[in-house]
Amino acid sequence: MNITFIFLAVVAAIVAWWLSQQRITAKPWLEAGSIVDTGASSRPAAKIGLGLFLVIVGSLFALLISAYSMRMDMGEWRPAPVPKLLWLNTGVLISSSGALQWAQIAARRGKMDGVRAGLLAGGVFALAFLAGQLWAWRQLDAAGYYLTANPAAAFFYLITGVHGLHLLGGLVALGRTMDKAWRAVTAGELRLSVELCAMYWHFLLLVWLIFFGLLLLTDPIVSDSGLVSLICRIL
Amino acid sequence: MVDIGTVEVIPPAEVEDVELYHPKSWVTKYVFCQDAKVIAIQYSITAISIGLVALVLSWFIRLQLAFPGTFSFITPSNYYQFITMHGMIMVIYLLTALFLGGFGNYLIPLMVGARDMVFPYVNMLSFWVYFLAVLVLVASFFAPGGPTGAGWTLYPPQAILAGTPGQDWGIILMLASLILFIIGFTMGGLNYVVTVLQGRTRGMTMMRLPLTVWGIFTATILALLAFPALFVASVMMLLDRVLGTSFFMPAIVQAGEHLKYGGGSPILFQHLFWFFGHPEVYIVALPAFGIVSDLISTHARKNIFGYRMMVWALVAIAVLSFIVWGHHMYISGMNPPFGFFFATSTLIIAIPTAIKVYNWVLTLWRGDIHLTVPMLFALGFIVTFVNGGITGLFLGNVIVDVPLSATMFVVAHFHMVMGIAPILVVFGGIYHWYPKITGRMWNERLGQFHFWVTFLGAYLIYFPMHYLGFIGVPRRYYELGETAFVPPSAGTLNVFITAAALIVGAAQMVFFFNLIWSLFKGKRAGGNPWRATTLEWQTPQTPPGHGNWGKELPIVYRWAYDYSVPGAEQDFLPQNQPPAKRMPVAAPS
Repeated sequence: MNITFIFLAVVAAIVAWWLSQQRITAKPWLEAGSIVDTGASSRPAAKIGLGLFLVIVGSLFALLISAYSMRMDMGEWRPAPVPKLLWLNTGVLISSSGALQWAQIAARRGKMDGVRAGLLAGGVFALAFLAGQLWAWRQLDAAGYYLTANPAAAFFYLITGVHGLHLLGGLVALGRTMDKAWRAVTAGELRLSVELCAMYWHFLLLVWLIFFGLLLLTDPIVSDSGLVSLICRIL
Repeated sequence: MVDIGTVEVIPPAEVEDVELYHPKSWVTKYVFCQDAKVIAIQYSITAISIGLVALVLSWFIRLQLAFPGTFSFITPSNYYQFITMHGMIMVIYLLTALFLGGFGNYLIPLMVGARDMVFPYVNMLSFWVYFLAVLVLVASFFAPGGPTGAGWTLYPPQAILAGTPGQDWGIILMLASLILFIIGFTMGGLNYVVTVLQGRTRGMTMMRLPLTVWGIFTATILALLAFPALFVASVMMLLDRVLGTSFFMPAIVQAGEHLKYGGGSPILFQHLFWFFGHPEVYIVALPAFGIVSDLISTHARKNIFGYRMMVWALVAIAVLSFIVWGHHMYISGMNPPFGFFFATSTLIIAIPTAIKVYNWVLTLWRGDIHLTVPMLFALGFIVTFVNGGITGLFLGNVIVDVPLSATMFVVAHFHMVMGIAPILVVFGGIYHWYPKITGRMWNERLGQFHFWVTFLGAYLIYFPMHYLGFIGVPRRYYELGETAFVPPSAGTLNVFITAAALIVGAAQMVFFFNLIWSLFKGKRAGGNPWRATTLEWQTPQTPPGHGNWGKELPIVYRWAYDYSVPGAEQDFLPQNQPPAKRMPVAAPS
């Protein structure tokens, strides 16, 4: 549960920071009168909503990864090999995130061509990543690590599967944004949608990097060095 | 930061008005409706309906315990199915859905001074996914083999092995239903939180919110963080059951046959389940705390004692509830230092909780107490919650829990603290807000009858159950048979408890009759029958119209608890009443 606790500590820190902005030491019974600033954020509600959603999804992945690492400590653990293809997939997902970042910057500068190109590239790279993940599944399956073969393989399929489904859901939102991008005249109308897509993509990239890092750390071939096993023990 | 000083009335302007969705047909107005008030009613009716099913199931459980072997339709399998579905429905599909989906949807937009939730479409989806979850749950009653009988905690490996009732379809439908419920709840929860964060009207700072909103808000955040644990556990168990993975399943030999499973950990499930399961107690309790604070303050005509402490205690309880889940697993075996840690953290929760109880009592102290029906239920809650909470202090200790954990004592404890106590608040809340929701007042006499039967009856049911637990009567057993340490008088006591349970259950019909009858024949209630300060009572129409407010959103000038104000025209000042002109205002300290 250490990973979950690290995650919860981060959430608690955000909540504490937010509470500190809300004058929770005020004495409201003494303060009849007008208060202009209610403490609400100036960001659009959709952005706050997505941020909160990412916290929930973060909780989901923190728990999945926690379960994975807890299971590892419970004995009888036979790790599954890490397909080399995942390195390529990681690069593709980084490119996808980068393309959307580019689209976001273009939207802020009001350049419609850049927005369209960025969105398209982001979508194509994301599809390529999903295809690559499916290919990695096939490789593992062929190597004898099929879903029911052992818990390590099952966890790999589960976590990559849930991650892929979230990316697929993101692609629906991205598709709608692209639809708008080819109809809208100004980048201003698109800016919020593009920003939301980019935020979601960066988050899924972060989740992937953490999970991939954990896979590498616990890979028996990689984790021979003392530092790595130390980190593993802490987590 | 915050600028206080002028007491001039703010000119109504510059509030950015949201574009409201306007229903165009009967279907979009009453069925696929995006108005939070309608969604709240839909949530409440669905939750209460499925809750009634669970009530009937509890009767069957009690009939079996009092008269073992008398009823042919209660087989051992059925008994376990009844227990499982009763627990699951009551905790998740009734209480969670009713407090957050029902009260949350109705009260949040009105109390914060918004026209609706911030994402009305997602809010509508939330209800329909919840409705689907309930349908899937109900479907499991009709599936071959019936619903699952694994106990509401669904512990593997037995939950998905042959021999457990509902192993074919029941468990699959149960897990699918939970997954749907969590998806639906997440959609709603996003709305509740973001509406409180961003939808507040001008002048409504967080520290001016009524405690009802604070309670629902904190509980929703808890739920959003904790439900993913149940989601993960459900998905993993579903994969174990359907695809044959071994997340939770160790190597098992059943009836001389080696099963396909191997290498999984049942304890892992328990950790995930209780990581959700303990916060769940507070997901149900925190909204109740909030609502009770408002009921007591309004009906005792006194400002809430220690408003800030009440808010801080809510937050503290929410934080602590994430580090106590292990106290549900003492008898699963654990490292003694862990047991010590979980026992300590569990006992520490008593501190913020006690702060809340003291503050309720001190609010009553020298108040102008009106023993209206909502107030009776609020008072009943305090007493019941203290009773159930104190047995919780017993059970929080490892050495006390180990002998008591598998007995009726635990059944009595959790029914008092998270069954009866929150349900009393549900009733109190419904009686309190019914005049706003329908525009009519219920019958006072019937309400009082309902309260006394429910309140006293609950004690007749659960008080003796503690004694049964002390003498060692185990829970979960279909039949005790001949047991040396259980005296025959325990059987007599069981008959008594069952009689009380049947009466209390039947008396709830009075409540439903009162609500339905008053809908048509009740006295007109007027806009603010309780002379309450909070915004939902200040709407231009009763029941509030589409969009809640007139042309302008209300502007808030004060906190929610200005009752018995000296020199005021009435004995209270609504939150949107501007202060008297040119009155000096205290600077923020």
